[in-house]
Amino acid sequence: MTEAAPAIALDGLERRYGERAALAGVSLELPAGATLAVFGANGAGKTTLLRILATLLRPHAGHARVLGGSLPRDGWKVRGRIGLLAHDPLLYRELSPRENLRFHARLHGVPTARIETLLELVGLAGRGDDPVRTLSRGLAQRVAICRAVLHEPDLLLLDEPYANLDPAAVEAVSPLVGRASGCTRVIISHDIEAGLGEADLVLGLRDGRQVLRQVRSAIDTATVRELYG
Amino acid sequence: MSTAGAVAALLRKDLRLELRTRESVPAMLLFSVSTFVIFRFGLDRETLAGDLAAGVLWVTLLFAAVLGINRLFVAEREEGGFDAFLLAPVDRTAMLWAKALLLFAFLTAVELAAVPVYSVLLLGPSPFQALPGLAGLLVLANAGIAVVGTLVAALAIQTRARDLIVPLLALPLLLPIVIAGAQATAPLFAPAGAEPLPGRWLTVLGLYDVIFGLVAFAVFDFLLED
Repeated sequence: MTEAAPAIALDGLERRYGERAALAGVSLELPAGATLAVFGANGAGKTTLLRILATLLRPHAGHARVLGGSLPRDGWKVRGRIGLLAHDPLLYRELSPRENLRFHARLHGVPTARIETLLELVGLAGRGDDPVRTLSRGLAQRVAICRAVLHEPDLLLLDEPYANLDPAAVEAVSPLVGRASGCTRVIISHDIEAGLGEADLVLGLRDGRQVLRQVRSAIDTATVRELYG
Repeated sequence: MSTAGAVAALLRKDLRLELRTRESVPAMLLFSVSTFVIFRFGLDRETLAGDLAAGVLWVTLLFAAVLGINRLFVAEREEGGFDAFLLAPVDRTAMLWAKALLLFAFLTAVELAAVPVYSVLLLGPSPFQALPGLAGLLVLANAGIAVVGTLVAALAIQTRARDLIVPLLALPLLLPIVIAGAQATAPLFAPAGAEPLPGRWLTVLGLYDVIFGLVAFAVFDFLLED
């Protein structure tokens, strides 16, 4: 990918579940290193968009280019460069954080030393051997963040990254998933102020359709709030 | 990462999960032993030999296998393991081989305990003469059950009716294994002592393994697609 090429380029993206269009006509370009904030009420198509970008769902129409690869054809090329923090933590509940992270480190070919660095960073070194099922939702979210960034991805897809985190934890994970990470980011958030605070580009979805696409500087909270009306 | 490395990582994780939760192997074993007891009283026979002994053993092992097949992908589905695996830059067939090896290990573990129990509870002839032949048959059969079971489990886990789909698909697909296994085992359990293994049925089991191994390799990728 050249310096000028966008990290994400979508053109008329569509995805259906049966007869229902979960996503229709979504088009945008996101430069490398920039942050896209996605807003919309429940069922608006945000998670579907995230899963398409993560190569987990095939688009039914339109074009999607992610990190220089055309989806779904080049999904295998780019998926190791994507970090997904989904609504579910994608962790085995009976395994400990260390065991979960060691498993993912092996799949991604990451040295296991990074696991300790990450656990230390998010303040979980002391609970690293407890089963995930015994952790609070906030602590599990910290482990999920470690999993998402374990392989130092170029693109971070974040569904409510700060959900269940206390202010200290938010500060702790900011270098990993915040602007300081230097990654291209797509963030789903229901916290409009926080989402806008992170964004360079804003996408609004309603019933799967793109109803808003603006650079952050051209938009205010009231406009975003209308999406939920 | 290489496919072999990914298979090893998945297998290690799954074995650790089974050791921690003990959800599959104990249930399969308990089921097998209970079925032997039911046969003992249901048939009202203290010992079995020949065709009947072979049939009871293979039918019991087949139904026990269905229990393991049913649970094979549950952690991946319920705890997001599929998504996490699909995001990794590894060959997707690594999941097929890892789960097939896991099921093979589960079946072997169950048989290591269930066959001696069967010998004590029901089998008339001495099992010692039959052991080498039976062990070879079980290895061949386990390989086939593991591959087909993984394929069926991957298909069924995508549906809401997993508990129904697994037996409905697995039992007819695994029927050739039961037929070949029982036919090959019957001479081993002959009342007068173990007779030689019939090579024809060993060939059937071997061919079944190869054919379904290739089919699974060809279609597994598509089962993981959305």
